[in-house]
Order: sequence, then structure tokens, then C-alpha cells
Amino acid sequence: MARIELTGIRKSFDATEVLKGIDLTIENGEFLSLVGPSGCGKSTLLRVIAGLEPQSAGQVTIDGSIVDGIRPSARNLAMVFQSYALYPHLSAFDNMAVPLRMRRLSTVERLPLLGSLLPSRRRRERSIRADIEKVAVQLEISHLLQRKPAQLSGGQRQRVAVGRAMVRQPEAFLFDEPLSNLDAKLRVHMRAELAELHRSLRSTFIYVTHDQAEAMTMSSRLAVMISGELVQVGRPAEIYDNPRDIRVAEFVGSPKINVMPGRIRDDGRIEVLGNILRLTSSQPPGNCRIGVRSERIELGSGPFSGDVIHVENMGAEAFVHLSLNGTDMRLIARVNDVRRLPDIGSHVPFNFAADAVLAFNSAGQRIAVTAEQAERIRERAVV
Amino acid sequence: MSDSAATISVRIPVRATAQRRSRPSLTPYALVAPALTLMLMMLLGPLAGVIALSFTDYQLGAPSLSWIGLANYHEMFADKVFWISLRNTLVYVGIVVPGAVTAGLAIALLIQSGTSLRSLYRTIYFLPVMATLIAMAVVWEFMLHPQFGLVNGVLREVGISGPSWLQGRSTALYALCAIGIWQAAGFNMVLFLAGLVSIPKQLYEAAEIDGASSAWARFRLVTWPLLRPVTTFVVVISGIRSFQVFDTVHVLTKGGPSKSSEVLIHTMYTEGFEFFRSGYAAALAVVFLTFILLLTLIKSRLADRGAQYA
Repeated sequence: MARIELTGIRKSFDATEVLKGIDLTIENGEFLSLVGPSGCGKSTLLRVIAGLEPQSAGQVTIDGSIVDGIRPSARNLAMVFQSYALYPHLSAFDNMAVPLRMRRLSTVERLPLLGSLLPSRRRRERSIRADIEKVAVQLEISHLLQRKPAQLSGGQRQRVAVGRAMVRQPEAFLFDEPLSNLDAKLRVHMRAELAELHRSLRSTFIYVTHDQAEAMTMSSRLAVMISGELVQVGRPAEIYDNPRDIRVAEFVGSPKINVMPGRIRDDGRIEVLGNILRLTSSQPPGNCRIGVRSERIELGSGPFSGDVIHVENMGAEAFVHLSLNGTDMRLIARVNDVRRLPDIGSHVPFNFAADAVLAFNSAGQRIAVTAEQAERIRERAVV
Repeated sequence: MSDSAATISVRIPVRATAQRRSRPSLTPYALVAPALTLMLMMLLGPLAGVIALSFTDYQLGAPSLSWIGLANYHEMFADKVFWISLRNTLVYVGIVVPGAVTAGLAIALLIQSGTSLRSLYRTIYFLPVMATLIAMAVVWEFMLHPQFGLVNGVLREVGISGPSWLQGRSTALYALCAIGIWQAAGFNMVLFLAGLVSIPKQLYEAAEIDGASSAWARFRLVTWPLLRPVTTFVVVISGIRSFQVFDTVHVLTKGGPSKSSEVLIHTMYTEGFEFFRSGYAAALAVVFLTFILLLTLIKSRLADRGAQYA
């Protein structure tokens, strides 16, 4: 149970700055995902929190006390690694016992032969065994405790790694892409299980992933990192609906958001692909970019049109890839009714609602747009 | 090798008989023949020759020889020199193996934990392995010289008068052990370095997070168990190599003074090439081979066990 505060965290490797001043507060009991494309510095940030990597500047605070310069072992955080990092020579039980033995046994008690003769060691070993068995029941790995990591499947190893983190009841759990070595089906399953685990432990979870689906489905809050900076922090739905930056909009959501080149006209109205939208912006005239999520594109009618070049039918839904006339731009539209899919090669008109539009300026910043009042249009039509 | 020969010679005739019952095929034997011939000529033949020779009274250059059965062995087991040289060899192995393994591991750990100049240190420590031991032995002879040697010079500086290392009965063998350790440590270091590189870095990080804050705790938890296959290999290789110690002994002490540094191979050399008693030397060689075979068996047994996470 811990509140973790990061202030102005910077990290450079030689000349390259990997973290460019990160400020973030992780509340007690929160499930926060650090998400971003590969190489954005999210793993480095997690390692800074764990203490495995010293930051070049800034401060890490756990529960009000500054932990800079404090060894990882003294921070009382648990970490689950991408490769699980189980000790290959130890059984699952012994793997889970390591953090407990390191903390509860003295150096003398840990000695191989001599230590086991001490009565205090035997007493402590009993309590360690009890704790491990309790966690093993919770994770449904009781029958695997005597096996070596090599005799376990990927999913089982993952559970043992989580168990090793759980047994010592740490202040917070750090996960470094723990699901990326699992196959797709198991990954979806473990996603739900980890979220459930978080609910039952009510501990602080910091979860690093490059998979936006994982981040969206599991976390209570998302921190999107792009090239060493925190671009946006918020609830998953908020980030999906209201991205502050085009990079966030492009990263979150699958398939990727459709981005079209647009222009803010002198009268403040926005023009896309030769059509004027019922949207105005207070921004100065010039080029802009228009993002529309694939599920907001309606095929069938409208001022826009494109050629169908590919159809991905998932069974419950389908993605129609469109090539826009005369350009090499492509759009993806989600169709919920898979019985009415356009043929490949056909020419289809499409449209999208004004409130589906996310507009960004040429620097990629989100810009505010206001929908035109319906009356105004009617007035103009009269004139 | 012999396994595959056996399977081929069994399987193919069966198939051949199914097709042509009359003639068993010679092809498999023909295919195995070159390898088998080479093995017989290079390995098994000489070995059988040595064993056979040990039952004769053959002398190098003699026109005839006669079968004398176990007489060579009887003589050997009654000979005090044999027992001294066997004991000395075992003492040498007993000191050099732990010494060279520990030194190799320590140097490897130091080099691995260092940041810069790694390849320089690697080269420096590997030099003794690449250099000709005979030449190096001459250098050691100078270093250990009682009057103007470096070792005693340094000792004099701190007020200790060093013994004449290679000429003293109580020090000669141990001086050779020190040279042996110096020579083998570099080789072991390279093997340990290879082993250390293959240990995933994340295990150390996991250990650190699990509470192994001291370097010793991490060594016990991660390094030592994961190096076990390498360590087994290094111990056995060092064992075999130190059983074979000859060049330093031959150059520096010739087994003396009064047999205090006599070792098995040196005895074998003296008997075979100085006294020309080839039969007796062959008997010594058989004893030597038995020890090597024993070590090899232990190694293959242990290597099988360690292989699961190698």
C-alpha cells in the first residue's frame, strides 16, 4: 500500500536523454499502466522506481519518504519481469521462498548446512511455508510447487513469478511487460486474472506495456509515454475519447485512428478532402489534421468516397480498408453487421458525424472545435 | 560413433534382406570403415599397444622382448619412487585444482564487474596459457632464484629471508604448484567468463529486488548455482591437466631434490627415455590413464546432471 510520487525524473544514457522530466503521482491502491511505443522510456521509468537504475535528476518518493539512493532491496517493491527471471535451479516453492528467506532469516540461518540445524531457522521456515502455500492456493499453483521452472509452461511460470512478488506483501507491484511472452489466448486470460488480483489485493500496481489493449482493459489510469515524455495521463476512456495529442490518438485504439489532412479556412471552418465540415475552430487559418475513429465512419452515404481494397472479417465485426480517390491515403472503417459488407474493388461513399472529429494542429496538438448550430446553416440556406 | 555404426549395421541389412534375401549388404561396413580405421590407428591401437607393452620387458631399441605378465606391475607397486611420485601428483592436483579454479573464478568475477579495460585484463590473464610453458619456466626459475630472484627480493624488503624455493625439499613441490596455478588460472578464467556472460542479467535484478542486497548473497543465490555446469567442467579439465604436469618439473627440478617433486609423468619419462625401460614406463602409463579415465567418467556423469539448465 503506497503512494508513489515522481518529480522531474530525468535519465540519460551517455548523450541520449531517455526520460525528459517525468512528473507523476501514483495513488495508493491504483492500477496505473505506463504505456507507449517501444523505446519510449517506460521500462526505464519503472526501473528508476524500482531502484535498478539511478535517475540522472529528479526525485522518487514512496509514501512520503524520498528513496533516492536507497537500494532496490530496501524499497520493499516487488517486480515481475518480462522473462519472469525465475531462478532456474530452484523449484517453484524455493523461488517463492527467496524473498521471504532473504528478509526473515539472518545470514547465519541462511548458511547451507549449519543454518538448517538452528531451531530458529526451522520455526521461521514453517511460517515461510505457510505463507507460500496460502499464496499458491490463491494463484492455483499448489500442485506445481515442487517443479523447476524448466518444467513449467509460460503461463505457469508467470504465476510463479507473480507469486514470488505476492508472498512478501510489498508496498507496490511493478510489472514489466509480464504478458508479452505468452500466446495471444493466454494473454487475454491473464489480463482478466491480473485485474482481478489487483481488486482482491487492493495494492498499488504499476504496469508497463506496449500493448494498448492490455493497458486499456486492466488499468484504472493510463499514462501514455512517447519519446521520454508523459504526454497524457487519465482514465482509459478519457484518453481514448479525448486524446490531447495526435501521437496519443494514434497509439491508443485498435485499429489505429484514421487521420486525414485538413485545412482551417479563413472563416474558421474546417475543410477535409475538399468537403467543408460543420465545424469551426478559433485557431488561425492553416493546415491541420483530422482524426476519426474507425467505428465512427459510416459507410453507405455521404460526401466522401473511397475504393474498398481489403476486408477483414472477424466474425462479430469487420474492418473495411478504403483507399481514398486519387491519393495513397487509407482509411479503416468498422462495420458491425458483417452480413452487409461491401465487395473488394467497389466504390463506397462514407461520412462521419461532426462530433466524431478530433482535430489537431500541424504540431500535433489537439485543437478545440465547435459544431455549427443547425439553425445557422438553415439561416444561411435561406440567404 | 560406435553407437551409430551399430544402428546402421543392424537396420540396413534388415531392409536389404527384405528386398534381396540372398546377399547381406557390405555397404554399411564400407561406410563406417574410414572412421573406424582412423580411430583404430590413432586411438585404440596405440592404447592397446601401451597396455600390451606393459606386460613385457621391452627396452627401447632392444631387438627382442618377452612376455613377463604382471611383473612390471609387481615391481611398480613395490617401488618407493612410484608411491612418492603418485603421492606428489595427488598433492599437486589437490592444490592446483582448487587454487586454479578459485583464482580463475575470482579473476573472472573481477573482470566481469569491471567497466573499462576488460579486454586488456582478459588478455593479460590469458597470456600464461598462450605462452610456452618451458620458456615461462625459465622465467620462473629466475624469479624464484634464492639470491637475485624477484620473489626473495620482495621478501627481503619486508624483512623475511626467503628459502631457496626450487632447491628445498619442503618447498619444491609447492613452488611448482604455484606455477601450476598461475598457468591454469587464465584458462579457467576464460571458461568462467563465458559462463558468467550467459547468466541473464535480470536474475541479478530479481535477486536484488528479492532482498539479496550484498554481493555475497547474490553470488550464492544466482552466480554460483548457475555456474555449476561450467564449474564441473573446469574442475575436471584442471584435474586432467594437472595430472599431466611435466614440463615445469622437467625444466625446474627434474623431480628433485631427492624425489620431493617427482610426479607420475616425470617418472614415466625417466623410466622410458632415460633408463629405456619401455615396458615399465608403459605400466606407469596404464596407471596414469586409469586416473584420467576416472576423471572423465565423473565429468560425463556430472555434466549430464548439470545439463538441465546449462
